[in-house]
Amino acid sequence: MSETKRIEFEYSQIDSERMRLNVGPQHPSTHGVLRLEVELDGEIVTEVVPHIGYLHRCFEKHCEKMTYPQVIPYIDRMDYISAMNNEWPYVMGIEKLMGIEIPEKVEYIRLIFAELNRIANHQIAIATFGLDAGAFTPFLYLFRDREFILSIFEKASGGRLLYNYFWVGGLAADVHKEFKQDVLAIVKQVRETNKEIADLLLYNKIFIERVANVGILPADVAINYGCSGPVVRGSGLAFDLRKDAPYSFYDRFDFDVITGHGEVGTVGDCFDRNIVRFHEMEQSCRIIEQAIEQMPMEGDVREKLPKKIRPPKGEIYTKAENPKGELGFYIVSNGTDKPERIKSRGTSFVNLSVLPEISKGYLFADLIMILGSIDIVLGEVDR
Amino acid sequence: MGLLNKLDDPYYGGGIILGKVEDILNWGRSKSDWYLQFGLACCAIEFMAMNASHFDFMRFGCIPRTSPRQADFIIISGTVTFKMAERIKKLYEQMAEPKYVISMGSCSNSGGPYWEHGYHVLKGVDRIIPVDVYVPGCPPRPEALEEGMIRLQEKINQQAIFNKRKRIAEEDKQKELIINN
Repeated sequence: MSETKRIEFEYSQIDSERMRLNVGPQHPSTHGVLRLEVELDGEIVTEVVPHIGYLHRCFEKHCEKMTYPQVIPYIDRMDYISAMNNEWPYVMGIEKLMGIEIPEKVEYIRLIFAELNRIANHQIAIATFGLDAGAFTPFLYLFRDREFILSIFEKASGGRLLYNYFWVGGLAADVHKEFKQDVLAIVKQVRETNKEIADLLLYNKIFIERVANVGILPADVAINYGCSGPVVRGSGLAFDLRKDAPYSFYDRFDFDVITGHGEVGTVGDCFDRNIVRFHEMEQSCRIIEQAIEQMPMEGDVREKLPKKIRPPKGEIYTKAENPKGELGFYIVSNGTDKPERIKSRGTSFVNLSVLPEISKGYLFADLIMILGSIDIVLGEVDR
Repeated sequence: MGLLNKLDDPYYGGGIILGKVEDILNWGRSKSDWYLQFGLACCAIEFMAMNASHFDFMRFGCIPRTSPRQADFIIISGTVTFKMAERIKKLYEQMAEPKYVISMGSCSNSGGPYWEHGYHVLKGVDRIIPVDVYVPGCPPRPEALEEGMIRLQEKINQQAIFNKRKRIAEEDKQKELIINN
């Protein structure tokens, strides 16, 4: 079991003909419109060249033209699976620039929604990873649960997928009265389903044979490429911004940073990256339970909303731990109601850059698994 | 079949239904539409939710196909950039006739939120391929997509199969008459 499936070879030893194969942009397993140019020697991948830009939506150009609140919907559409998490670092940055103190209730609601969205994101990641491996049933189970989480978001913001809910200085609307009970019911449901998923998919022997020892990412390579999130934690590094640079109220909660430790294969393989996501859902459940206990229900979420959003001249970089990794916004303000420039550090873009490095030497079928385990969203890769 | 046994059969030939062959063919075509499994952007996530347990797209008889050669219709689910547009045109041309297009979401309908300042977006996928049903929303709810699917089925049910050109010419003539009068 501990042998890697990577095939070592010398380029000079093999004089067979290489084949160049095009994968995508229309391919059921590229998670969007990614195009990969793959060089094959028989079945073995010798080179991978990702071609991006099929979903380029000129985020930075829009930031030049829009006012500060108008930018938020475009941020939703970057990483559309975890839109709540995306909005957070942006509004945090502008609040810091303007010096707005936000009420405790708002901060708690933001935190709970961010963690709920983290669960929803990991559910999609595990479900589609199962789909890539040929397991359709876990997809149905996980999407059933995801609908319950989306119903909470819908009650609060009105949107199922893209919310525009975190506003500068507050929230768009208050949560409903039975918010706490509903969230706790969801947490219970998520835990029950996770038990099923562990039996059905993750500790299934067929699945383990398929993903263990595949796509090994050593910790030093992960650091060199700037990976973050479950990709770097799967390699055994406990790097989590919620612990390392605590923002919001994360220092008030008791939770663990999950790292991969080579449960069934080598540290940093596809299984480790996936099992990190799986256990992070449990940690998010713990955070939500503690936050629900501490959260005050009375108070107005819109009382600190500023009438005019005009941050003073200056620049700021804010970052937050997204489900996929570190998402950062570099905001330059020139004192008007429109930003001078906003640069975003897209997590998926950085994580995708490691794909050519870790997929060399594996079989072509494993390339799909490696791509699925990185969990990219093309909206954030191309922006 | 128990119900059929109880029915009277006055002609002793095992049940007769009078109807148009076209109707039966259209009924079969509209209830077993296979679609191309192809997602572009945010709408693709709602499209995935549509396929999953809550909304269950397969009850419309829709089965995902990964090759355009086997697909009956394509759902353009998301922002169509110029770079992607030529690919979509190629995919559409690879599909076998009869073929249909559902444009899902405001991005593929008109360019959506990127319409004004975007230098990258195709302002409506109908500029490159003919669209049968437009589903509004950013992104549309799965219920909206269901409605769009029902509309597509209605459209297929009304289509002519025999003497298509002749009938279309007749219909055009009648329209002209109405306009002239």
